[in-house]
Amino acid sequence: MEVEILARIQFAFTIAFHYIYPPLSIGLGLIMVIMEGMYIRTRNKEYETLARFWTKIFALTFGLGVATGIVMEFEFGTNWATYSRFVGDVFGSALAAEGIFAFALESGFLGVLIFGWNRVKPWVHMVSTVGVFLGSMFSAVWIVVANSWQQTPTGYHIVGEGLNARAEITDFWEMVFNPSSVDRIIHVWQGAFLAGAFLVLSVHAYYLIRGRYVEISTKAFKIALGVATVFSLTQLVSGHRSAVVVAEHQPAKLAAMEGHFDASAPADMYVFGWVDKEKQKVIGLRIPRGLSFLLHYDFEAPVTGLNAFPLEDRPGQVNAVFQFYHIMVAIGMFLIALTLFASFQWWRGRLFTYRWLLWIFVFSVLLPQIANQAGWFAAEMGRQPWVVYGLLRTSDALSKSVTANQVLFSLILFTLIYTLLLALFLYLLNKKIKHGPYDEAKEDGRPLQEEIADAVIGKS
Amino acid sequence: MATIFGLDYPTLWFLVVGGLFSGYAILDGFDFGAGAWHLFFRKEESRRIALNAVGPVWDGNEVWLVIGGGALFAGFPVMYATLFSAMYVPFMLFLVFIIFRAVSIEFRSKEPMKWWRATWDVAYSISSIMLAFLLGVVLGNVLQGMPIDHEYEYAGGPFFEFLNPYALMVGVTTLALMMTHGAIYLLLKTEGRLYTKLTLLLRSGIIFFVVSFSITTLYTLIYIPHLSDNFQEDPALFIVPVLVFLSIANIPRLAHKRKYSQAFLFSSITISLLLILVAIELYPNLLLSTLDPQNTITIYNAASSEKSLGIMLTITAIGGPMILVYMFFVYRTFKGKVKLDDTSY
Ligand code: HDD
Ligand code: HEM
Ligand code: HEM
Repeated sequence: MEVEILARIQFAFTIAFHYIYPPLSIGLGLIMVIMEGMYIRTRNKEYETLARFWTKIFALTFGLGVATGIVMEFEFGTNWATYSRFVGDVFGSALAAEGIFAFALESGFLGVLIFGWNRVKPWVHMVSTVGVFLGSMFSAVWIVVANSWQQTPTGYHIVGEGLNARAEITDFWEMVFNPSSVDRIIHVWQGAFLAGAFLVLSVHAYYLIRGRYVEISTKAFKIALGVATVFSLTQLVSGHRSAVVVAEHQPAKLAAMEGHFDASAPADMYVFGWVDKEKQKVIGLRIPRGLSFLLHYDFEAPVTGLNAFPLEDRPGQVNAVFQFYHIMVAIGMFLIALTLFASFQWWRGRLFTYRWLLWIFVFSVLLPQIANQAGWFAAEMGRQPWVVYGLLRTSDALSKSVTANQVLFSLILFTLIYTLLLALFLYLLNKKIKHGPYDEAKEDGRPLQEEIADAVIGKS
Repeated sequence: MATIFGLDYPTLWFLVVGGLFSGYAILDGFDFGAGAWHLFFRKEESRRIALNAVGPVWDGNEVWLVIGGGALFAGFPVMYATLFSAMYVPFMLFLVFIIFRAVSIEFRSKEPMKWWRATWDVAYSISSIMLAFLLGVVLGNVLQGMPIDHEYEYAGGPFFEFLNPYALMVGVTTLALMMTHGAIYLLLKTEGRLYTKLTLLLRSGIIFFVVSFSITTLYTLIYIPHLSDNFQEDPALFIVPVLVFLSIANIPRLAHKRKYSQAFLFSSITISLLLILVAIELYPNLLLSTLDPQNTITIYNAASSEKSLGIMLTITAIGGPMILVYMFFVYRTFKGKVKLDDTSY
């Protein structure tokens, strides 16, 4: 029992830490592609300066993403050996595809993206940027496919019995396109775009408030605002579609998300609330029968509740699932309101006249991050007590030979080293932002050696 | 059972995993090796050049670890699960050092203070040394076999079993080999005084490697006889150890002639050949059980289904060549001596 708790804490801690960085890498990738594309089209050096600046920050998030990602991969074998044996055959192909198509693509072009500005022609550099961006998108695809298979398994059969049972793949495409994968991939991608866009918005809003780099900051701000507005809206759509899939395939999870207990009755929806598991009710602001309507477009349609499941098959932490889910949705709604309002002001030509609006953007950088984390916690805690839904319980998934002391030892090590990593990240991020896209003291804004390098390799 | 070129799927995947591991050992080998020498360079300028020699590539090199680990998980889930949970402590230390090393590279040149840089230099060098050493230690344990029970679970002690004499020796040998390899890499990337210094360091590196390698070989022959079984069955395989010795002998010869690109080629070949040797010694076993030969993990009882392996082989056949093409492209962009500029560490 103790091993289980420790191993879960360790997994949750390390994956949550990992997931600070991938969304930033994916989202900044998109913004960099747009900036560099604008540079190639318009030949306006300002866009190049912006792309170079954001590449530096991207390098930072990417480096941390890789360092913490390797930990995740090892952890499956070290802490979750039974799970690894169980899913190996099915995940195998997804992981192989990820390694070969995604990671190799990312890291192959990464060197050119970061260190190649002065060495290759602009279009070659552009190709590298797109390569890295696509690589990170693909890597999200495969990892989310693997996770979605855990949520809604298809395309497999079980061989062996009891603790030696394992899943074997029968149909690759059925495994890849399991019921939840497509909607969740889109949802995760868009969450990542929002994380990237809001970092850009935050930094440039700060520059604008301080009156630094004003010219290029307005450009960058508009690019990022466009991205943020589009994906805030579409995120609502993909989130809704995910919820419909959850209702169909993981009814116990959906019931936990809304704190719905009655085995089969029309269900309410809550704007916010608190679940009382003992009394089986939720205290909060509710939209009567809202959930029934959203899922079936019918206020009277019954929704399966937690009481329809035996106690040992229900998620243990109903209130936590409820809260995480509601935090995500609330943030989603707020982001829609914020970006629509800002876009409206942009259209009226008054975007940069409201300081308070810029200040909101400075701090909003945290919101997509929180929503991303909350979304995963809701999805994963709602899946409990199963690791592979309906097939393998979390408590059976551990490494049998690993002791509580070992897990505790590694948990302490990781806590220490991740504290250092977080300090590093914030320190370097702060330093890069303070330093800015270029040296303002210099007249034309670009380091002399870049000019020389450009002349040498014949860029205009 | 389905075959391609007369080889069954588990054997083919064994080759893929082996290929990925040797790619990883060659690539991260030179950058761990380069890091291991770091404290031997005294001047700030030299240290920065040495660091920037690995700057554009170390991140990409680590991807080979990710892919290799993924390939092991995918193809031989039983081996992956058992090995990783058995070698819990060394793997956790490995993770910590790999992160520590990345942190040192990133932090080091960001502040000008002397104590700051000196601290990160030490962290960088020690973590590089430990990483090379730990890889060898795990290899040594695999070669030697482990107490594996009938459910393929590890049944040994949790904390310090991995530190046995044989594993330690394989660890030291691996470190020595990577240091030799790393010194040659740095020679390709540097000029002037640092270059001169490295020629001397390389000589010590080669001696260090030859001595530790000889001791480990003797120890293997005397105490771990089961590893030579495959050679007795098929004497033609004996060509591999012969090639290993020729390839090792070539390194000092070429180094003496200052032909460092060729020397680098041969240190890479040596690494691959040694891993091929390991593969022959093990095949078709992956992890020998010291409790009961029945419990030994082989490529057959550890493998994923044929269906799954078939899919993965297809993916590899499509993706593999693509990787080689852009690897080539990247290394070509960054070939030549290190020049510090505003994108440097
Ligand atoms: C939504 C996307 C996503 C999710 C859910 C995860 N990752 Fe991740 N991961 C990425 C998106 C990503 C990425 C965008 O591809 C990274 C992060 C930042 C980066 O720079 O590459 C990455 C890096 C990364 C690396 C280093 C790869 C490299 O060298 O490029 C590994 C081994 C993993 N991840 C493994 C995992 C595992 C085992 C996960 C789950 C348990 C996981 N990731 C969740
Ligand atoms: C970045 C994205 C992810 C996040 C933030 C995340 C989050 C979490 C959290 C918080 C838990 C702990 C739940 C609990 O203890 O109640 C968990 C468990 C788990 N997740 Fe994920 N997860 C992510 C992606 C994945 C992926 C892609 C996989 C598999 C391919 C995966 C596999 C698992 C497994 C095996 C567990 C078991 C441990 C447990 O149930 O506690 N996760 N995850
Ligand atoms: C706007 C309203 C939103 C709704 C209705 C919604 C709905 C959902 C649902 C139902 C899930 C669970 C899917 C599952 O368990 O299979 C989920 C997961 C998730 N959400 Fe949202 N979401 C919304 C907004 C957001 C926002 C704004 C972000 C981030 C910026 C976000 C990030 C995530 C993430 C990362 C996950 C976990 C991955 C997954 O399961 O797909 N969501 N969301």
